[in-house]
Order: sequence, then C-alpha cells, then structure tokens
Amino acid sequence: MTSESSMPRQLLPGLLLAGAVATNLVLSFSMARISHQWLPVQASTAAPYVDDLFALETGIGSFIFLGCIGVMVWTLLFNRADKYDMDDGDPIEGNLRLEIVWTIIPLVIVMLIAWKAIGVSQTLASLGGKVRVAGAEDAVQVAESGSGGSAPAGAIEVIARQWSWEFVYPNGVRSTELHLPVNEQVTFRLISMDVLHGFFIPAFRLKQDLIPGSVIDYSLTPTREGRYRLRDSMFSGGYFAANQTDVVVESATTFSRWLEAAAKVPLQPAANPATDLYRQRLARGDRGWATVPPAPPPLVHVSQDPLAGHEA
Amino acid sequence: MKPDPQMSPSSVFDPRVLKAPHPVPGAPDNWRRFFGFNTDAKVIGIQYIALALFFLLVGGLLAMIMRGELLTPPSDLVDPTVYNGLYTMHGTVMLFLFLFPILNGFNNLLIPPMIGAPDMAFPRLNAAAFWIVPVFGVVLMASFLVPGGPSSSGWWAYPPVSTQNPLNHFINGQFLWILAVALSGVSSIMGAVNFCTTILRMRAPGMTLFRMPIFCWTALAAQAIQLGGLPVLTAGAVMLLFDLSFGTSFFRPEGGGDPMLYQHFFWFYSHPAVYVMVLPVFGIFSELFPVYARKPLFGYHVVALASFGITFLSLIVWVHHMFTSGTPQWMRNVFMVTTMLIAVPTGIKVFAWLATLWRGKIRLSTPMLFALGGLFNFIFAGITGVMLATVPVDIHVGNTYFVVGHFHTVIFSTITFGVFAGIYHWFPKFTGKMYYEGLGKLHFLLTFIGAQLNFLPMHWAGLMGMPRRVASYDPEFAFANVLASLGAFLLGVATIPFLLNMVSSWVRGPRAPANPWGAIGLEWLLPSPPPAENFEHDVPTVISGPYGYGLGKPLVDDQERYVARSQEA
Repeated sequence: MTSESSMPRQLLPGLLLAGAVATNLVLSFSMARISHQWLPVQASTAAPYVDDLFALETGIGSFIFLGCIGVMVWTLLFNRADKYDMDDGDPIEGNLRLEIVWTIIPLVIVMLIAWKAIGVSQTLASLGGKVRVAGAEDAVQVAESGSGGSAPAGAIEVIARQWSWEFVYPNGVRSTELHLPVNEQVTFRLISMDVLHGFFIPAFRLKQDLIPGSVIDYSLTPTREGRYRLRDSMFSGGYFAANQTDVVVESATTFSRWLEAAAKVPLQPAANPATDLYRQRLARGDRGWATVPPAPPPLVHVSQDPLAGHEA
Repeated sequence: MKPDPQMSPSSVFDPRVLKAPHPVPGAPDNWRRFFGFNTDAKVIGIQYIALALFFLLVGGLLAMIMRGELLTPPSDLVDPTVYNGLYTMHGTVMLFLFLFPILNGFNNLLIPPMIGAPDMAFPRLNAAAFWIVPVFGVVLMASFLVPGGPSSSGWWAYPPVSTQNPLNHFINGQFLWILAVALSGVSSIMGAVNFCTTILRMRAPGMTLFRMPIFCWTALAAQAIQLGGLPVLTAGAVMLLFDLSFGTSFFRPEGGGDPMLYQHFFWFYSHPAVYVMVLPVFGIFSELFPVYARKPLFGYHVVALASFGITFLSLIVWVHHMFTSGTPQWMRNVFMVTTMLIAVPTGIKVFAWLATLWRGKIRLSTPMLFALGGLFNFIFAGITGVMLATVPVDIHVGNTYFVVGHFHTVIFSTITFGVFAGIYHWFPKFTGKMYYEGLGKLHFLLTFIGAQLNFLPMHWAGLMGMPRRVASYDPEFAFANVLASLGAFLLGVATIPFLLNMVSSWVRGPRAPANPWGAIGLEWLLPSPPPAENFEHDVPTVISGPYGYGLGKPLVDDQERYVARSQEA
C-alpha cells in the first residue's frame, strides 16, 4: 500500500518537468514568431515560404536549445560538488531505453523538417524554376553574342562581370539597375562573363550562382513595390564587395513607362563603383595586392543611382 | 593530498613498489629537445601545440585587422584587395596551421599514453609529418612577400578567381597557397597512417576497442576521414595548380573545363574536414565531463559508435555547399537529407554528455568551464547547422554572414573551446606543472563573452542579407559589425591571460602531482610528466572500462603499484 502523503513527493518531479516543458514551449513559440523580425521585408512569392520554414526551424531549434541548456543550468545549480566534497556522483553508466528514445526522436524531428523543406523547395521550384540551358562552349557563344537565340520570350539577360551587373531587356534596353513589374513572373537568363558570381536579392530570399561556362534560366515573381539591394554573393575577386546594385519593383504602368523612357536615352558608360575604386588606387600609386583590372563599365541606357536609398 | 579514487580503501600497500625503476629516463628537462628532429611523440605533441598556438596568434592578428576594417561600412582601413588576402590567409592559417596541427599535437600527446603504447607506431614518420608543418608555414607566410601579395581567393580557392593570376608571375601568392595546402595534406596523411596504426595495433593488454577512451575512438574516426578524403582534395589542388601555372583546362570553361568540378573536389574533403576537427573535440568533451562530474560517461558504447556514424555521414554531405551552384533539385534533396541525418549521431553525443552531468558532482575548474562553454555553443551551432541544411533557408542565407557566424561558432566557439579545455586539463600531465586557476578562469570569461559578441551578431547580419567576404557593406549592417568587431578585439585580449598562464606556470608553476584531477585513465597512472616511453616494459593490463567513476573497479591489474610508482616519481 502506498501512503497518501508520498503522492505529492512522487508528483513533484513530474510537475516540475511539465512546467519546464510548458515554459519551453511558450518561449520557443515566441522565438518562432519573433524570427520574422530578423529577416528583411518580404518582396517575392518565395519569401513567405522561406520565412515560415525558418520560423518553424527557429521554433523547434529553440525548444531543443532551451531544453538542453535548461538541463545544463539545472546541473550547474543543483549538482555542484561542495568545496571539499571529493565523492563521486551516481555511477549511472547508461540507460538503453533512454538512448533509443534520444536516437529515434531527433531522427523523426529532422526527417519531418527535411520532408517539410523538400515540400517548400518544390513549391519554390514551381514559383520560379531554374534550368541550365547551355554548358561549356555553347555558353561562351551565348554570352559573347550578347543575346541567346533560344531565350524564353521576355527573358531579361543578367550579365555579371568583374565587377558590374548589366540587365538587358527584350526591347534592347540596357541598364545597371534592375527594374521589375510587381506581381509578374520574370525570367532571367543568367550569364557570367568571367568568374563565379551570385545573384542574390535578400528581400526576395533568392540566390542563384552565375557560372562561367553555363547559361542558367531563372525565374521569380516580385510581390512588393520598393527598392531593394541586389548583391553579388559569390566571391568574385578584388572589388567583390562593390558589386552591388538595386532592384526596383514598381507597378506595371510605371515599369512600362520606365522601359519606354529608357529606350530613348543614349547609351553611355554606367557609373561603376569598382572602376572608381580602381582609379583611386592607381592615383595613389597602385598600392595594395594584385587584382585584375575591372571590366570596362557596360554601355547602358540607365545607370544605377548611387544615392538612392534601399529598403532591404 | 586528495584521496585517489583509483585506490580502493582495502588495497594492501606493498613497499616493494617503491623500488620500481627510477628516475624516469629522458623526462623533458631540456628545452632544446623541442627545437630539433625528435621522434618522441610527447616532444612532437608539444612541438605541434606550440607551433599551432603561434599561428593562432598570427591568424588572430589577421582577423583583428579584418574586424578593424569592418568597424565602418566603407572600405577605409586597408585596400579591398588587401582585405581579400587577409581573410583568405586568416582562414588558411587557422585551419591548416592552427587547428589541424594542434589536434595532431593532442593525438601525439594522448594516444600513446591512453592506450599504454610506448610511442607512435612510426616515430620517424611522425617527426617527418610534424616538420612538414613549419615548412609549409614558411611557404604560406612567404606569400605575403611575393609581388602581388598572398592568395586572395578565399580558403576555398574557387576557380576561375583563383586561377586569374593578375600579374602573370609564375611564383605568386596562389601558387604558394596551393603548395602549402598540398604539403599540409601530405603531412596529415602521414599523421593519419600513424595514428590509425597506433590505435589499432599498439593497445595495452586487455584494452579492447570497447575499453578505449572516447578520445581514441574519435581520433580513429577523424583520421579515417583524413585517409579517405585528403587524397581527393590534394588531387583537386594539383589540378588547380596545373590550371594556374601550366595552362591546363580542368576547371576553365573557355577550354572546355568546368569550375563546378573543383567545388566537388574541394568539398568532398573540406566538409568532412570540419568533422576531422570536431570529432577529437567530442573526444575531449567525453574525457572531461566524466572527470569533472565524477560520473561514468553515459552510454559509452553508443557514444563510441556514434563517432563512426558521423564519419560515414560526413563523406556523403558535401553537395550542401553547392545548393545555389546550379545543383539539380533531386540532388539538393538527397544531400539535404544526409546532412540532416548528421544531427542524429551528434545529438546522441550531446544528450550523453548532458546525462553525464546529470546528478554528478560538478567541479567548475577551468577545463570544465571551457568544455561546458563549448557544449553550450555547439548546441547552438547544431541548430543553425540544421537550418543551413534545409535547401530553402540555405538559398537565402548561404554565402552570407549567417554561414560565417555558424562556422565560427563551430570552429572557434566549439572546437577551440574544446582545445583550450584539453590544454588546461592535460597541462599538468605533460608539463609536470600546475597552471594558475585564476588566470584560467579569466581566460574563459573573456573568451566566452568575446565569442558571443563576435559571432552572434553575424547570424543576424546574414539573415538581413550581408554577404560574406565583403570589405565594405551597406550602413544597415553597421551595428552588427561593430558588435562583432568589439567581440573580436576582446578575443584578442583574452589570449593575454592564456599566454601568461601557459608561460609562467610552465616556467615556475607549482609541481603537478601524477593525477591532480583524480581522473581515471592510463595516462593518469604515469608520472607527470610521463617518461619518454610511458610504461616502458611494464605495461599494465586493462581490466575495466575507461570511465569507472564511482564504480569502485580498478582500471588495471595491480593498480596500486602503478599509482604508487607514478606518485613517487
């Protein structure tokens, strides 16, 4: 017969554990909510999916992190040896059931996350796919001829160089600033003229490397008007950090007006931070370590406005 | 005098043990032995560690110049090309001249005494492997002096940037870099052959595989990766050298080559390389938690086997570095799943360590603080690692500061914390001197705060879209970067108490007893410092598992005799 007075004593660890798990759940859930604030504004159809997956991972991750750290802090508070206590702790060598549990549960958790992530990944692919359309010498030809013969209708060519971005619109407008109509799927033809570059727009949560020797068709749909940063994300040599420009997402009418107006502007060399920095370096006596000289700034109708502020 | 847990209270004292052969032949009493070709694994171990700590300072200095540049958004402290060279050399020095050598130092110091072997299996090969390290260290440092400066293509050295050779000199920074990396590979392969052979063939009688300390398990698992993976990296490096210097087109698109091929060669080894570094640190954690929590390692067998689970999985995850490189969807999914599976064996280890702490008798000495700090950081890094493994999140944060933050939380806040924990823990054993606890704790405090300040804000900057490897950045990232720079400078300050502690306690610290921590293990049955050939001809017979805290079982036959002899020395 168990005495009734021992019941609370047996219940206490269970209650403590339940309380700790509940607190952890609340904290982890709030972390998942807060995680959206660590990210830039959402400006493409892909962004909400990426952010939700990130929030899910933040939530699960926080739960595991806080759980483990909770155990660690507990032991540091309550399992410390006194100054002259030279005894050993409980000689527990293991617990097969516990070990199986903490093998199976993480396995299930990561496989669930992976399953979810594969789903999100397929969704992103359906929102805007990527196809490697040419490799090796074909790609060099496509790049050199300026426009790919088999480019999908309406594709914007993205040409990356050391260190500039050039965008060529189907009507022949050339720009170093990327203007896009909102809520319309656009297709890019990604071409690198020299080394690896990365086409990265944080507000879109999208990134695709440009590979010399490959031509990659890549599409996406912007969903929010504004001016965002496009950054080279794959190290491309000397003035890599300066290889950034802006993406301007605007309404369809503003976009078509911009495109029309741009076509009337005469071609001129684009303003280019890398060229400026290199010129300054030469003026200072070419000090610094070796770099290839920047490619000549592309001849464009519209040059990126270096003074315009961006949202993300 | 602390009571020794290995001495059971009923042991009968045998006065004859005092007549055991003494003094210890060849105990390190002459500093000159550390500057020559010496085949004693313990000398080589200290050579590795001292050289590695020197390069830690070099790499740290490079990092602090970088963080000085990144204090402000524009590129104003150094030229951007100089910044590129600095970050390339920082990464290369820290990996190839700090972490690999220091962990090989631990292998040299610990493996033979832990398994009761007199030395490594191939002592001359061992010394040769060590002496390649200063050679390629000089080669790499020399690249600062060649025209055009050192390699500036990042520690990945991705072509075509790495093969551009702007000045068209045959001897250039990139050339020397490839040479250094290839030499490092040769040295590491020589080391790996030695460590694997020693562990597999030279264990004391009675020391079955499942009586080995976890450090030896993890060393074996890590060195197996070296044997399997390094030839691939070395092959890639040779091809890169030919593209750079002899006009071949392995990776040049204009000649029909493919730059993506290099990425496969590089990551096939260089992702597992992180496990080569982290596995021995898992070993150090597994050694230290039982000592300072006074409990057996929880789930020893599973922890041991999980090391090889990690080794196996580490060889099939490399494409997760190439999710945005044009990798097909199905391949991304496969490598996402394999990468996430690594969380399972590493999770097993983390839970086992926490369970080891549970209801222990924890003593917060400096080694324990570093081990706990390292575990704390590793749990965080594991979670951001799973985030990076998932393709959609990786597409956003890949090649941003999020990766830099994650990587440094692993490489510094986990691995280097583990290295510091190991240094403090075994310092008395191999120098024969006690370190100063106060300086040690100060070192820990500064390092822990500095690491969080340095690496946490990087995750945030990355999420907001700051690319890695930039010499300048948009002003919205300034706050995160100022915090990170302050953290980096604090880490620089933190090395002062560390170096002070190491030098002063080795020179004039109090003498260390044979077993100051009351630890169980063959190395603690030797005098401090151990004689040149450890147990010499009197190798103990192991009769129980390595973590018998509180179990009251002796580790070896005739334990009292070994204990008495080690204390007498």
